[in-house]
Amino acid sequence: MSRSAPGSISPDVRPAVMAEGLHVTRGRKKILRGLDFAMEPGKITGLLGPSGSGKTTLMRCIVGVQRLTAGSVDVLGRPAGTPSLRHDVGYVTQAPSVYPDLSVEANVRYFGAMHGATAADTAEAIAAVGLGNLARQKTAQLSGGEFSRVSLACALVSHPKLLVLDEPTVGLDPVLRAELWERFAAMAGSGTTLLVSSHVMEEASHCSSLLLLRDGLLLAQLTPAELSERGHSNDLEQAFLHIIQETAVSNRRNANESQVAS
Amino acid sequence: MNPRMMLATTGRVLDQLRHDHRSVALILVVPALLLTAVYYLFENETLPPGFPRTFDRVGLMMLAIFPFVVMFLVTSITMLRERTSGTLERLLTTPIHKADLLFGYAFAFSIMAALQSLVATAVAYWIFNLDIKGGPGYVVLIAVINAVLGVALGLLCSAFARTEFQAVQFMPVVVVPQILLCGLFVAREHMNSVLESISNVLPLTFSVDALQQIADHTEATQAMWQDAGVMAAIVVGVLVLASFTLRRRTS
Repeated sequence: MSRSAPGSISPDVRPAVMAEGLHVTRGRKKILRGLDFAMEPGKITGLLGPSGSGKTTLMRCIVGVQRLTAGSVDVLGRPAGTPSLRHDVGYVTQAPSVYPDLSVEANVRYFGAMHGATAADTAEAIAAVGLGNLARQKTAQLSGGEFSRVSLACALVSHPKLLVLDEPTVGLDPVLRAELWERFAAMAGSGTTLLVSSHVMEEASHCSSLLLLRDGLLLAQLTPAELSERGHSNDLEQAFLHIIQETAVSNRRNANESQVAS
Repeated sequence: MNPRMMLATTGRVLDQLRHDHRSVALILVVPALLLTAVYYLFENETLPPGFPRTFDRVGLMMLAIFPFVVMFLVTSITMLRERTSGTLERLLTTPIHKADLLFGYAFAFSIMAALQSLVATAVAYWIFNLDIKGGPGYVVLIAVINAVLGVALGLLCSAFARTEFQAVQFMPVVVVPQILLCGLFVAREHMNSVLESISNVLPLTFSVDALQQIADHTEATQAMWQDAGVMAAIVVGVLVLASFTLRRRTS
């Protein structure tokens, strides 16, 4: 499997997330087929790939809700799913998982209560996603974009060290998307590690490192600059397509080899 | 167990219920209305002098059966929503303990059940002059235990349903047999041996038995406490089973 060294992290930093030989099989379907990577702490890592490539399953592994078939995932130095990690890892699922019949504030307050969050933490998390003036609204009455931001606020309220976001910008308008990416950058600046999945390649430019996933295999781990260089295009979408074509050939050649290696 | 997380769950469940006026009406008003219907059903019965009214027997049992049925229904749907909307999985990635979640639910619905049986019991006593020997306090106690039993079974059954339609299908399977065999329609000693032995192990049987003890004695009897104890043990057992259906890690 082709993995570029420059995208990986230097050996003296303890990775925030480290996966080794990660396999997940659901029924007979192989969802993840041997992933090895490390995520640098305090940075935004983008998880990119077409739908059905295993992005959500990989995120579930990191959060610790997915049963692994083989391999290991370590998060902040502990095996994923360790009880003590539940304070440190925040997870926002693709479909907003909040209570539609509660107000924005009640939702955030409830999830905050699991981490001993104060009223100030609740207000801060709501303000952070730009819903300050809608705090008392019933969540069901909000628009789709606002609804998904409630879900995000419910994760921000615990101030996680690792925040895993599954397609957080889907359905948001460009202004809001830009605001959220600024927010993520600010969080990374203050030491939070973020893993953000997307199938929109243009969002890749906001990330420090990219994991390119396809059919349960890691095509490459690299920076956005390396992506456009290797894909011979400034358009990251084109670059990604190029890399897929390039690796499709070599993958077929190395299929047996990579099976032995994992 | 963490009291803060448990109480936060209780508060959240009650907050959800508060926004749902129909469910509140189902819990608080409907049982009293049904009790009224039962009263008027037997209004014109002719009784030999000194013979107890049918309402005193059936109405009393209704006070235990309503909370069981209503809470089973409300809980199984609420918990199913929690499972299908992703909020359950999300909660289980937080430090909350499964027991905090289950007991938070059970506590919230017990509060509602207590209110429900206060309303229904008050109607039975003050409007329809329910005539039994024991005190209303014990009736409310048994009604609340029954409600928690409904909650526990609802939490458990929700694990085996994928849709709300499937959840409702548990009503005729789990709830109706208990109502048929609890001694409401036919005294248990008059059942054939197969039905009686099934009846012997159904939870609702114990509450009907406890209510008969309350009806026949001015003071709480040993048998009533024993029935209450058995029911409490069943509730804890079912809640433990329900906790096994909450998995932090799935495939």
